[in-house]
Amino acid sequence: MSYSISLTVNGDQRRVELDDPRVTLLDLLRERLDLTGTKKGCDRGQCGACTVLVDGRRINSCLALAVTLDGADITTIEGLAHGDALHPVQAAFIEHDGFQCGYCTPGQIMSAVGLIAEGQAGDDPERVREGMSGNLCRCAAYHGITEAVIDATRRMAETTERKSA
Amino acid sequence: MSEAVLTPMPMRFGSNSGQSVTRRDGIAKVTGRATYAADNRPDGMLYAVFAPATIARGRVTHLDTEAAKAHPGVVEVFTPKNRPPVVGDPDKKPFMFAIPLELLQDDTVRYAMQPIALIVGETLEAATEGARLLNPQYEVEPPRTGFDAEPARRAAAGPFGRPAEVVHGDTEAGLAEAQQKVDVTYDTPAQYHNAMEPHAIVAKWDGDKLEIDTPNQAIVLSRGFYAYYFGIPPENILIRSPYLGGGFGSKAVPYSPLLLAVAAARQMGRPLKLVLSRAQMFGPVGHRGATRQRLRIGIDGEAQMTALDHVSTAIVDSFDSSFPEPAANASQGLYNASSLHSLMMVVHNDIGVPGAMRAPGEASGSAALECAIDEMAEKAGMDPLEFRLKNYADVEPGTGKPFSSKALRECYAQGAQRFGWAGRPLAPRQMVDENGFLTGWGMGTALFGAPMFAAQARAVLRPDGTGLVETAAADMGQGAWTALAQIAADSLGLPLDKVEFRSGSSDLPDGGVAGGSGHTATAGGALHAAGTDAIRRLGELAAADPASPLFGTGNQGFVARDGRLYAARDESRSEAYADIIARAGGQEIEGKGSAARPPEDAERHAMYSHGAVFAEVKIDPLLFQMRVTRLVGAFAAGRIINPKLAESQLMGGMIWGISFALHEEARFDKRTGRIMNTDFAGYHIPVNADVRGLDVITVHEDDPYVNPLGIKGVGEIGVTGTVGAIGNAIWHATGRRIRHFPIRIEDLLSEG
Repeated sequence: MSYSISLTVNGDQRRVELDDPRVTLLDLLRERLDLTGTKKGCDRGQCGACTVLVDGRRINSCLALAVTLDGADITTIEGLAHGDALHPVQAAFIEHDGFQCGYCTPGQIMSAVGLIAEGQAGDDPERVREGMSGNLCRCAAYHGITEAVIDATRRMAETTERKSA
Repeated sequence: MSEAVLTPMPMRFGSNSGQSVTRRDGIAKVTGRATYAADNRPDGMLYAVFAPATIARGRVTHLDTEAAKAHPGVVEVFTPKNRPPVVGDPDKKPFMFAIPLELLQDDTVRYAMQPIALIVGETLEAATEGARLLNPQYEVEPPRTGFDAEPARRAAAGPFGRPAEVVHGDTEAGLAEAQQKVDVTYDTPAQYHNAMEPHAIVAKWDGDKLEIDTPNQAIVLSRGFYAYYFGIPPENILIRSPYLGGGFGSKAVPYSPLLLAVAAARQMGRPLKLVLSRAQMFGPVGHRGATRQRLRIGIDGEAQMTALDHVSTAIVDSFDSSFPEPAANASQGLYNASSLHSLMMVVHNDIGVPGAMRAPGEASGSAALECAIDEMAEKAGMDPLEFRLKNYADVEPGTGKPFSSKALRECYAQGAQRFGWAGRPLAPRQMVDENGFLTGWGMGTALFGAPMFAAQARAVLRPDGTGLVETAAADMGQGAWTALAQIAADSLGLPLDKVEFRSGSSDLPDGGVAGGSGHTATAGGALHAAGTDAIRRLGELAAADPASPLFGTGNQGFVARDGRLYAARDESRSEAYADIIARAGGQEIEGKGSAARPPEDAERHAMYSHGAVFAEVKIDPLLFQMRVTRLVGAFAAGRIINPKLAESQLMGGMIWGISFALHEEARFDKRTGRIMNTDFAGYHIPVNADVRGLDVITVHEDDPYVNPLGIKGVGEIGVTGTVGAIGNAIWHATGRRIRHFPIRIEDLLSEG
């Protein structure tokens, strides 16, 4: 039996024929769509390495069955930069050394992008830490991650202000 | 012997090293383009999943292979009845660091999560379901779990070729003559590395040639393992390991599931991928063994230590026992006690073989030692820092060897200053913050050896004046791609962007093991030697060439800087590398180098990194919820190649200390011998919200003896000292000594 769904992935319309209803969004991205930037750390929603944006919201892609996402708009780490121009969150992670091994990093960055869009943390370190606590980092680059998120939040707010001015 | 005498290293060293260069792999990592092993998917690839034992001891009596095979997409089910062949003997230990393996050679189960079958499918989903359908039946034997499983016995030997017992003087006599004593026992739990990237492998055979993508901390060493188990020459094997998603000691050598996958790929005649599930990380891929440590300390009337006696019992597996967590070692080398004794004991359990996990021995040992020292200081009525200074060792205790360098006093002073330690009340339960939280301050000393292993490297000066350097080093997040390239660029007298750095692949010169905090010193040393060799050859060409401004200057030596070679004593005479090479025929110039510590150097000096960690905790007086609110670490670790990356690593180590003190513990079910918390919901590690107030100081330290570059390493020392500092801060806040880790709310809630 085959299941046909349509997805927008990083701006591209994709028609996906699924031969198996058990395929998670994470495994679809990694094993069938060649988008391996999204990582599998636990496969049960406990580590956040697989975080992507679905219709603008951050989710654990390991907990979402692909067949349930017909029509969804998905953004992964590969869709964040514009050519060579990094997204402000990506740039801030490099600048603040917000990673070591880099394995949880795509999930951290997608989670940070989602958090900033939610507008619930602002530049309050406590709230940023809380809002980023669904994303584990075993190298424990948390200090740099928090700084990077705050820095990117401010920079993005400034850009928005300039645009609206 | 060449007439070209090189100028001493510091003259032309440091334009790249010492700079906080941003991670060179940063863009790859933030854009998702960094390729980790499991990201590979060669054409025609199959997926493998291993079925784990769900008992800890016994025998598999039945597997429903028919059900598994009948599942759509399952193409093969390997069990002991049809196991994929290997050539090497899985029960033998052909190399150092090798352990007995489970490659389906029989039906015995010796620990939970041991592979008992391997299912191969066209899709991951099919293989995963196939593994579930096997429904294993067992003949179960009662598992041996915990310290009470059997009487402790003396370990045959410690890990890494260390003796099980070290004696300097007579601690019994030292205790007998002591004015005051402590005699305390601390427990530390089994911990599992849990790198964010699970162990993974993609194996592809072509005849008797093998290509492997797998995260690995010792690429060339591991190639030898694969060669042995599959009966092919090492040259036939290519291991690619450009990025490791963390290692922490668990990815040094290949373990059973990875070898099983390679064997299956050969048998199937197709490329194959296997990735461990998070739960499968709790068994076949190493862990930090649990310890029970008895510490006895005696002091005289002047608070000078007369005895430091440390006996550590480690839980080990039942079939290898090669890795008793060497916790008692932590008491050697630090405090100036007039007698020292450390001894390793073991208790056998039905568990997977323990191994090296970030600061093996030192982490657990330091946790217990630093708390016991605090207890001794309390008894002596002294400030814990003052007590440590009173017992400061100016030469290595026991051996009397001088230290190659030891800036621990400066660590204590700078750390205490930054933290604001002065004025700390001596008695516990004296400080309450504005919210009514009990507040405590504690400290611990950090100590870690500064080892070197063996590595080789190659450096090339190209006709266009740029450089290429190669070594099979491993970057598991510590920053080898960056720090090693900085060293290599300096050795060639080139800016970083003029040097191509190749690493992370087994066809390069052996970069040694990324572990033991010795990788930068070792691989970096080899790179430095290779670059130096290439510059020496370049100098020979220039000095012998009448057309060169450097003609005849070989006896005074050269300075290599920014792609030009200068006469050492007359810098008006110089020439660009490219010009020297062009006139010599335009051939690239190759240098080779290696690094290892000469045994006589190790004989002459004791070599350690040192540090001091100060912790503040705040504790809810009713709920006893604990928070580490400030953590200041001051570390002296020789030359720091990249301060930014070193500080990140030290912070990471200190957060591992928070984790050890308050979070991590594998909990075993005594009835089944299984670990009950094999996931991140139950096996807690710090999340972002657990971490604040972190401050790292790198104390300047010149070490002329440790190695030519003066590097000691920072990968592990951050864990040491921190655990004790937090435990001591909890005592200071509450007056309660909790003598086991992790310390939990219920420990403080209970009457004591």
